[in-house]
Amino acid sequence: MLADDLRGLYYIALKDLRAYYFKPPNISWGILLPFAFVLAFAIRNPGDLRELVPGLLALTLLFGTSSMEAIVIVVERRIGSLERLLLAPVRLPALLAGKLLGGMVFGLTVTLVVLGIMLAVFGVSGVNWLLLILALLLSAAAFSALGALVSVAVREIFEAQTLANFVRFPMMFLGGVFVPVAALPLGLQILARALPLTYTVEALRAALGIGAAEHAILDLSVLAGFAVILFALAVRILGQRLE
Amino acid sequence: MSNAIEVERLTKVYEQGQRGTKPVVAVDHVSFQVQPGEIFGFLGPNGAGKTTTIRMLTGLTQPTSGRASILGFDLFRDVTRIKKQIGVVPERSNLYDELTACGNLEFSMQLYGVPRAEWRPRAGELLEHFRLNEKHNVPFAKLSRGMKRALTIAAALAHRPPLIFLDEPTTGLDVMNARSLRKMIAGLRDQGVTVFLTTHYMEEAERLCDRIAIIVQGQIVALDTVEGLKKTAQNTNIIEITFESETNGAETRRFEDRDVAKAVQTGLAQAKGRRLLALNTIRPTLEDVFVRLTGLDREIMLAEKGGKEPGNAGG
Repeated sequence: MLADDLRGLYYIALKDLRAYYFKPPNISWGILLPFAFVLAFAIRNPGDLRELVPGLLALTLLFGTSSMEAIVIVVERRIGSLERLLLAPVRLPALLAGKLLGGMVFGLTVTLVVLGIMLAVFGVSGVNWLLLILALLLSAAAFSALGALVSVAVREIFEAQTLANFVRFPMMFLGGVFVPVAALPLGLQILARALPLTYTVEALRAALGIGAAEHAILDLSVLAGFAVILFALAVRILGQRLE
Repeated sequence: MSNAIEVERLTKVYEQGQRGTKPVVAVDHVSFQVQPGEIFGFLGPNGAGKTTTIRMLTGLTQPTSGRASILGFDLFRDVTRIKKQIGVVPERSNLYDELTACGNLEFSMQLYGVPRAEWRPRAGELLEHFRLNEKHNVPFAKLSRGMKRALTIAAALAHRPPLIFLDEPTTGLDVMNARSLRKMIAGLRDQGVTVFLTTHYMEEAERLCDRIAIIVQGQIVALDTVEGLKKTAQNTNIIEITFESETNGAETRRFEDRDVAKAVQTGLAQAKGRRLLALNTIRPTLEDVFVRLTGLDREIMLAEKGGKEPGNAGG
């Protein structure tokens, strides 16, 4: 049964990547949108551009993993093709994990493109590669699970897009991408601590040698916690919705 | 060999979420068996419980109570094993628009663990069988409705299941496509595949099915061979009378009675001076049995079918 689940998980992810993710508009928007935000901020507040790299990577990963993930399940439920997966010998958590994996692979791919450009421009000295890989993987899992949760919680595509943006945009401004969390008012700092993007930015800053590394383990643990909890919630809600 | 499907007092109750609404009994203690290699028809009006029964038997919906075994596996304990052994064609063709005909078939085989070496040959075999070999590289979205339906059936057969569920397979198809699909379904029986078929089309059921169960309001009200079901209506005579209508067209009506003369008298009394165009005696059909058992009149049946029946002369 586990073999069926693992096989199903892998091929569902592969099918999603082929059918939905690796299309020119997704790839270009996945990279351009975060660049546009960061560039706008850099023009308004010129300074050390290297400081913006962790935020740029975090945003690319957030939008890359969650944008399509947030609507894939809604679309498949509407056209009935989700039922094909439910009829296959694959249990619901494995099915949803396949969806998650598709979002993760796509998000990580576009983020690696941006990372490559950034490392070519700013150099690779001081990069903690292990921390960088773990931060990217765990963040991708957390953001993809967030996208899946949005996707199973709504019925219409416009609702998914609205809900995804409702969650992502406050994260973008509170998560330490443009302004350090420590510089925010206390109330917003507390709110920022409830957002996965905050921990991604912190872990990436540490991985790229820009910020302190002492909280890196905590950041990674929180990201793993977000991934597990959001995934479990998505499985539960999808199960209820299908019944 | 044991039955392909054994269902005993299977029940599905939907608890309503809103306050004050009563639970809905969608399927109410149904029991039946399907033998290996037969085409078993499951008929009923809209909302009778056909789709809910299929959803339970295919593991999409959890039954509230009762027992069922599919190909010897218990529905409550071995649902993943059951899923590996069955193919399902839902009412709506639901393959992936973005994948090609061949890509969709290969994805089905991947999900069901068909060995990699078989993907291409099996896809080619199915595409040829369903006369889609020239469309192997065409995205599903660009196929005609009939081709989509055929490919959806092909995808359900990709892993060679011994049992296939077909939910309204010809709904919405034109005459030629419906005929062609019926031939394919009849061909499945020749290959030893057990078919569980739901349809609105009585002639389709009559031509294809070895046995038929009729479900009304969640309960099975009849289960027999086509001939067995027709015999239940043989005590009744049906007279079909066509009058000239008030707009110079024709209006056909049916009248039933145990006494043929009485049926004719009743019919002629309805003429009210209009010219009689035709008078025929009709041998009871499966549709007559269905109408009697379900309480649906013919106009409602036609409306449920979407106005007309495709491919009456199906094969």
